[in-house]
Amino acid sequence: MGHITFIEYDGTQHDVDLEAGKSLMQIAMDNGVPGVDADCGGECACGTCHVILEANWFPETGEVVDDEKQMLAMTPEQAETSRLACQVHTTNEMDGMVVRLPEFQM
Amino acid sequence: MTDRCIIIGASHAAAQLVPSLRQEGWQGEIVIVGDEPHLPYHRPPLSKAFLSGEKTAEELPIRPAAFYDKNEATFYHGYVRAIDRVKKSVLLENGDVLSYDKLVLCTGARVRKINVPGAELGGVHYLRNIADVEGIQAHIATGKNAVIIGGGYIGLETAASLTKQGMQVVVLEMAERILQRVTPPEVSSFYARIHAEEGVEIKTNVQVTQITGEQTVQSVLCDDGQTFPADVVIVGVGVIPNAELAEQAGLEVNNGIRVNAQCVTTDPNIFAAGDCTNHFNDMYDCQLRLESVPNANEQAKVAAATLCGNPKTYNSLPWFWSDQYDLKLQIAGLSRGFDHMVVRGDQDKGRSFAAFYYKEGRLIAADCVNRPKEFMLSKKMITQRSMLAPELLCDESVTVKALIEQLR
Repeated sequence: MGHITFIEYDGTQHDVDLEAGKSLMQIAMDNGVPGVDADCGGECACGTCHVILEANWFPETGEVVDDEKQMLAMTPEQAETSRLACQVHTTNEMDGMVVRLPEFQM
Repeated sequence: MTDRCIIIGASHAAAQLVPSLRQEGWQGEIVIVGDEPHLPYHRPPLSKAFLSGEKTAEELPIRPAAFYDKNEATFYHGYVRAIDRVKKSVLLENGDVLSYDKLVLCTGARVRKINVPGAELGGVHYLRNIADVEGIQAHIATGKNAVIIGGGYIGLETAASLTKQGMQVVVLEMAERILQRVTPPEVSSFYARIHAEEGVEIKTNVQVTQITGEQTVQSVLCDDGQTFPADVVIVGVGVIPNAELAEQAGLEVNNGIRVNAQCVTTDPNIFAAGDCTNHFNDMYDCQLRLESVPNANEQAKVAAATLCGNPKTYNSLPWFWSDQYDLKLQIAGLSRGFDHMVVRGDQDKGRSFAAFYYKEGRLIAADCVNRPKEFMLSKKMITQRSMLAPELLCDESVTVKALIEQLR
């Protein structure tokens, strides 16, 4: 099984198993990664699972739909490679992906 | 002997307490007592994606079994009959007594039942847990009649989910308009229009007097003489906090279990989180009992921190959401007591607008339909107690981005 690395704002790293098919948000929840609040449970309704991908991984994660785009646009810590983790569906190709967490969720 | 923390109730708050307790340094046992045969699962999809068949029961758990194993949290399936605060123990359904060092009450809420003749017939359902929805799903078939009693969010989400599956749906609401308790007339009429466009029949000002049928429901009778044929009836008329256990144990209860800003009850070893609590909200300067997942999560975090000796203060903006058809409603804050409302967009046409509620010149809440930007802006404005003028908010020539810039 592959793995994904979440890096908290303070630098704490979490190397977790990549279970392809699950959303990135669910993988964070399954492993109790702090800093992903996921209040709405993956409905793209709350904007509290904001993550920032390392640039080379961004194209792997598919298209950003309009709802997500709009929510991200209002997030103070938005970066070029921001995503809502609940909208990223993982694949085996994401083995080794590095995901950074913002300081605050909205 | 290691310390033991018992969590009563196995839903959203419990699923957040486990990681939060470990992160805050709890090294003792964690025992979760729950009365459903499931791991803690997401409740919001029950009336939405789960009812409409887009999500299966396997997709509902908040965290997998392996997570609880890894964090050494164990589940006990059953009820708690009583809490003995002197001995610091709980009496379980099977007569076992389990002692605790710390106790967290996450007992949630239960549905309010209706009391009319026929309410016990087969085919009459409520909607709070997986079993309820599975009961409703057994009746779903194209062209069959569903009667929904109660025009609140649960009733309307259910109407949308069942219509999507080809059922003929009637919603019966006692008040003069749907969503009366939670929104102003402008938003009610928007939802009434959308449901009409989708083919749902909404009847207001009607009181159900009887449900008829032999073994199973056949029709619903109202006080004005109208009769509606029904293959299934779903009742969504609100919930009651499960506070009896706390009350019997002598804890302060008043429309929910009273907790302070650190989520401690009137017993320093007993905490509470989620729908069962009644807490003081600093932002709105009043006591609140919220029916809300974000609230359950946040209170669980605060309770876990305080329990572990790192007191944290709860001060979160309440927020809610409701999915119906292609509408994503996001609600920031609480609008009760507003004195001025402005609308961005047009609620009488189309399917996208935001209603902003002001009190004494300050934004206190917003209902945003398919307007995620306005929702994010509102959350920020309310939290910052922004005095940004309502005239700016309802002017669509000013972008939301430009408005949020003014806050920074």
